[in-house]
Amino acid sequence: MSEQSPHSLIHARGLVKRFGDFTAVDGIDLDVAPGEAFGFLGPNGAGKSSTMRMIGCVSMPTAGELRILGMDPVRDGSRIRARLGVCPQLDNLDPDLNVRENLTTYARYFGLSKAEARRRAEELLDFAQLRDRATSKVEPLSGGMKRRLTIARALVNEPDLVLLDEPTTGLDPQARHLLWERLFRLKQRGTTLVLTTHYMDEAEQLCDRLVVMDGGRIVAEGSPRSLIETYSTAEVVELRFPDEVDYTGKLEGIGRVDPLPDRILLYADDGDAAVAEVHRRGLTPSSVLVRRSSLEDVFLHLTGRTLVD
Amino acid sequence: MVTVMLAVARVSPSRVGAVINRNVGALRSGPSYWLVLLSGFFEPVLYLLSIGVGVGALVGDLALPGGRVVEYAVFVAPAMLAVSAMSGALAETTFNFFFKMKYSKTFEAILATPVKPFEIAVGELAWALVRSAAYTGAFLVVMVALGLTSPGWALAALPATLLVGMAFGGVGMAISTLMRGWQDFDMLTTGQFALFLFSGTFSPVRDYPAVFEAVVAVTPLFHAVELVRGLAIGELGWGLLGHAAYLVVMGAAGLAFAARRIQRTLCV
Repeated sequence: MSEQSPHSLIHARGLVKRFGDFTAVDGIDLDVAPGEAFGFLGPNGAGKSSTMRMIGCVSMPTAGELRILGMDPVRDGSRIRARLGVCPQLDNLDPDLNVRENLTTYARYFGLSKAEARRRAEELLDFAQLRDRATSKVEPLSGGMKRRLTIARALVNEPDLVLLDEPTTGLDPQARHLLWERLFRLKQRGTTLVLTTHYMDEAEQLCDRLVVMDGGRIVAEGSPRSLIETYSTAEVVELRFPDEVDYTGKLEGIGRVDPLPDRILLYADDGDAAVAEVHRRGLTPSSVLVRRSSLEDVFLHLTGRTLVD
Repeated sequence: MVTVMLAVARVSPSRVGAVINRNVGALRSGPSYWLVLLSGFFEPVLYLLSIGVGVGALVGDLALPGGRVVEYAVFVAPAMLAVSAMSGALAETTFNFFFKMKYSKTFEAILATPVKPFEIAVGELAWALVRSAAYTGAFLVVMVALGLTSPGWALAALPATLLVGMAFGGVGMAISTLMRGWQDFDMLTTGQFALFLFSGTFSPVRDYPAVFEAVVAVTPLFHAVELVRGLAIGELGWGLLGHAAYLVVMGAAGLAFAARRIQRTLCV
């Protein structure tokens, strides 16, 4: 865990959230610095969204210490929320308003004047690439457009900290890439981003630093690269065999072996050398794939499960 | 009560205004909202014409407790005025409020901003009052045009109808926060209709059986009708203050309960 900084935008120690008997967040420590792009990586039910809702000051911690922008969410919730931009997991755009009105109306909740709300809405219509849909109702927009509008809406108060809960879940690849490009632009402007995702590629693309969450706890922390270096090898060989024989024993000594239901993962710094060794041992897999190690492998190693089921 | 007063003290007018502004924006969403709005206004007008004027022709005149004798329509019209204040406020704080809270997640989106649950409740109530006042204002014009009240007493009755709208709006929101789904609205509609029929609306409550009269005396529309009627026909008395007090407490309790439920349901 990085040491406590007085300038942390988010500072948490032993943060806990319980719902009745169920513990969603089980004592986590966090520090997010200004300008950072910070990620929570984990499967559904890991406690990511509960953590985000506490950071967003809509859900109160059950126990532990939490400071957002140096303030106490219990006492100063409204003042903190004034400086946050929140993109929730499920779009909650206003169905009675059109695209532009969704932005201007939302700006007013932050106490902005009518003229200022209009000015920012125009700017954000361009940012979200929704200018030609400005007078359209929300309902007929595509998933990607709705998402971009929700993110634009989160920026309407020029926030110090933007919270994105699974920003690209459910979008097609093209829409995801467009969204990543927009988020990357925000990051370059120096906006502090905090996002949750269960996509390793998203975490690799956007996050300077991330924590891996599982069962309400943080199980690892670092940059995407350092996590891979620590918990995985440079390369991974994916082997598929035509029969159901257990090959784990026969692969021993080549590298760490992880048998999955449909394939066997073989961790090695030099993938090609590992494949050569597999063949030398007389094994004949039906397919062989050598790839770079990813956060998915880190997650599998730490929790024994894959990220997306 | 103390928590209510504390919450009131910290309310930001600009944030409440923003909640109202959202509903003004939704007015432009299409003709369907306006149709609902219009039909809501005409309902009590139609009752006034059919029963107050139509049936009134058969009933003849009616002696008030004070001894004054009035046409039946003069007796019924203020009750319909109170009903229109009630239904305007209830329509906004039940169906529309419920949709925003439960289905469109509008309140959830608002709660991510500096706006607090109590401010949402106040804004929604204020908006319900606008609709209620639009109904009662137009209804008073109809009453004056038909000679069922004088312009002076109509002006005196208007604030009373606002109080009625506030009371039913507060309770309407409170009920909405407890609704599980649309099927619960059937019960609400039935309850509303029972109040409409038996709150001293079409016949004086003193003509009801004694037990029944006692039951009616604790229900809200009875107090609304008595207050509005007293002002609209110019029969003033200390009793009106009691009716007004009932409505103030009802509205404040509904508002406080609704705000608390928004917090409990959406801020978890």
